[in-house]
Amino acid sequence: MLYIRCPYCEEYRPEIEFRHAGEAHIERPTNLAEISADDMEKFLFIRENKRGIIFERWRHIHGCGRFFNCVRDAVTDQIIMTYKSGEPKPSDAEIEKAILALKEEQA
Amino acid sequence: MANSIQALRNLPLDGRLAGGAGVSITPAEPMSRVSLRVKDKDVKAIGKALGVALPSKPKTSNMSGDRASAGRCALWIGPDEWLVLDGEGADIAGALAKTKAVISVVNISHRNTAILLEGQNAVDVLRAGCPQNLNDDVFPVGACSRTILGKAEVVIWRTDEQSYHVECWRSFSDYVFKFISQAAKGL
Repeated sequence: MLYIRCPYCEEYRPEIEFRHAGEAHIERPTNLAEISADDMEKFLFIRENKRGIIFERWRHIHGCGRFFNCVRDAVTDQIIMTYKSGEPKPSDAEIEKAILALKEEQA
Repeated sequence: MANSIQALRNLPLDGRLAGGAGVSITPAEPMSRVSLRVKDKDVKAIGKALGVALPSKPKTSNMSGDRASAGRCALWIGPDEWLVLDGEGADIAGALAKTKAVISVVNISHRNTAILLEGQNAVDVLRAGCPQNLNDDVFPVGACSRTILGKAEVVIWRTDEQSYHVECWRSFSDYVFKFISQAAKGL
């Protein structure tokens, strides 16, 4: 079971309290009525599904009920960091730092 | 002549009783309850109107009286969400009728019911189905949290050293009561 830190409850909680909610940082176009069918398809369905570091949304559904964002390594399944929705996407340097901190914690 | 009939509202767990070594399990008396959503800027004013301050720290609760069954209690559920209980069954929404703030007050007195666990092993019964850490250092007296018990969503609230108030939906209450009773047998 994953142990996920909820940025609103400010503590680690078991995975069973959470629900996955798709990729994070997908911007909704402001001119939805004007965009082409292809762009609409991209917005609705096309996801990165990357191998490696990914950004995704989670919801603490059986807890505080809030959506938040999370950085996870899709290879090792390790959750690197979580942050409140609305906060900027963490930079590579910040993610690097969080990975180092995790490694130190485990050592 | 028409016969008049009287509608009675029964508690879902009326008359049940269970327990095990070092724990007693009883359905709570009826209470009035509301689910309250308030924006940050109005939290203080709403707390004043309610007679109990709305806690802003996660997993904490406030009581206006000295115990859960008397007076009003406010439980932190989410960053803008509280569960407000009144052990005497007073009209909580009424207390907020005059406020000018834009808030959401939903009466859930009969949607929810509660089960009380008491005794030195009460926490072990909850541990049988709750994935959350309930140790003293992270779940002290007064702590409350929405979480899972077995397959049902519940709000667990530690009202005293050895007392827990488990709030669950009425339709899940049969399951939750049986789950807790079964767990108590295994002590």
